[in-house]
Amino acid sequence: MDLLTGILVSLVVAATPLVFAAIGELVVEKSGVLNLGVEGMMIIGAIAGFAATIETGSYVPGLLAAMLAGALMALLFGVITLSLLANQVASGLALTLFGLGLSALIGQPYSGKSAGAFPHLYIPGLSDLPLIGPLVFGQDGMVYLSLAVVAGVAWFLHRTRAGLVLRAIGENHDAAHAIGYPVVLYRYAALAFGGACAGLGGAYLSLVQAPLWVERMTAGRGWIALALVVFAAWRPWRTVAGAYLFGGVTILQLHGQGLGLKIEAQYLSMLPYLATILVLVLISRSRTVAPASLGKPFHATT
Amino acid sequence: MLRLLPRREPSRAMLYLTPFLAVALTMLAGLALFALLGKDPFEAIRIIFLEPLMTLNGLSELTVKAAPLILIATGLAIGFRAGIWNIGAEGQYIMGALAGGCVALAVYPAGGPWLLPLMCLAGAAGGIAWAAIPAMLRTRFATNEILVSLMLVYVAIQFLSAMVHGPLRDPDGLNFPESRLFQGGATVPVLAAGKRAHVGFFFALAAVAAGWVLLGRHIVGFQIKVLGQAPQAARFAGYSERRLVWITFIISGALAGLAGLFEAAGPVGQLVPALPAGYGFTAIIVAFLGRLNPIGILLAGLLMALTYIGGEAAQIAMSLPSATTSVFQGMLLFFLLASDVLVNYRLQFGRASAGSAGKKR
Repeated sequence: MDLLTGILVSLVVAATPLVFAAIGELVVEKSGVLNLGVEGMMIIGAIAGFAATIETGSYVPGLLAAMLAGALMALLFGVITLSLLANQVASGLALTLFGLGLSALIGQPYSGKSAGAFPHLYIPGLSDLPLIGPLVFGQDGMVYLSLAVVAGVAWFLHRTRAGLVLRAIGENHDAAHAIGYPVVLYRYAALAFGGACAGLGGAYLSLVQAPLWVERMTAGRGWIALALVVFAAWRPWRTVAGAYLFGGVTILQLHGQGLGLKIEAQYLSMLPYLATILVLVLISRSRTVAPASLGKPFHATT
Repeated sequence: MLRLLPRREPSRAMLYLTPFLAVALTMLAGLALFALLGKDPFEAIRIIFLEPLMTLNGLSELTVKAAPLILIATGLAIGFRAGIWNIGAEGQYIMGALAGGCVALAVYPAGGPWLLPLMCLAGAAGGIAWAAIPAMLRTRFATNEILVSLMLVYVAIQFLSAMVHGPLRDPDGLNFPESRLFQGGATVPVLAAGKRAHVGFFFALAAVAAGWVLLGRHIVGFQIKVLGQAPQAARFAGYSERRLVWITFIISGALAGLAGLFEAAGPVGQLVPALPAGYGFTAIIVAFLGRLNPIGILLAGLLMALTYIGGEAAQIAMSLPSATTSVFQGMLLFFLLASDVLVNYRLQFGRASAGSAGKKR
């Protein structure tokens, strides 16, 4: 594999966990809930997926465990914010702090173990093509899954009745409630979906990208995913564009030295975070398109 | 069936009772957690919550851990009251330590009574400079301050690492990524010989007092509370949101920077990559546990410090994983937020009767 192919492939690998986490959070925010606990759900997904894969020796239960763990974390957030009407910002932070602690506790016996190489797609002939082969026909299965999820979300939000209801709830939960839509139920479902996606994003880190378990290995990616949703202006395919852009910035730090950049590694490691800030500044000047009920508590009186 | 009915006014009794309820629930959940881990739960609770209070050394360590938590949480609470979310205190803490530490290293090996005050000023300035970035971006571009301040934590961690790997590395050292040990006169005075408790705790107490006066007795504190509870009213009253964003970020940045400096020039005694110990994040829990009230924060900070020290003791005595403490802290915040519902709503058992449904908040 030549350098260019290597860079582009590692770009996709760096971007995929962000795609998963961001598309999940997009659905959650479209329903009017702001879950800042993406980082916590990702890290729990990372350890749950890793542990289940090590214990069973197979990826399928690992990925299912990651989804389940992420969804359970999200439902915990749901109980506190939707049923007990707590502040969503503070609860999201609590979810992150709790997730980081709990994952370290669960992950202790698993540090230092390796999950082995994740299977990649291989189509004889096509996958051997230069550049296009490894890039389009030779990725790991999770990459294709992430794009399929985005396509599914785009279809669901804009082409189905349930998607329309979900968006209506996010825009005006009181009106949606008055019409008779189950606001809280939809929001629980959106949260569970978002948690499962964040869990998959975390599992991608521990099973495909690393592939091993390290404490705090999400390193702020959950927060970057939150920024990506804003960057994408709550449009599904734009999160993919944003995630791949960030993937590019991230791998600059891996390949920076190789490309002859005479900069200390630490400054290159700052890049994804600085890029996030830059993006936030650029988009915040444009008009806001956030769901109108985002982050507001909902309490049905009748 | 259990129903939630909105209260006309928030219950003051519940406001003060729920933190205790949350602590009690955390203890119960902790008992279950230890039992799951196969440890004697009551022994663990005793080691974590009682043992540290029995020795002078334990009490000294309590103030060492509580000082940065209280300092940072007091600053954060002032912003949180206004609905201004500075989540990046950890970064401001690092930059404060770095700025203050640079002053000591710049004049090395000189020292004198002038040095420490200068370092404190530099520490506060470092924290303010880092906090000014999200404040400036929010007031100028309406950028989300939560994400910006948080991203800057990661930038600060990398920056500290770059500094101690490069320009600030101890020239007489063994190439370890750490600065010189600070000279005498550049370290924070300890309260008793042989103990680590230092004067930083008095600064924390002073911050609590100042924060209490600001929030309870000063016009800025009043404006902060109005902005947080009724942004519309604040706008009609003509309070400048811009000004309040700047004020709250400067206060919280300065206190976080000061906390960082006290840590570097106190228990640590040099600049090391491991300086950020998570105080900036734990302080968020402290701020909420203390009901965003400086006096409450003082108590919450001491309690949280106790979980740190007790957690460490339990790690050694019962070979518990180090992450147990953060799980505890996360649970505490969860239970607190969940029990908050009792402040604004009351529980009603049984079926709702007509007319019992209150007006929505």
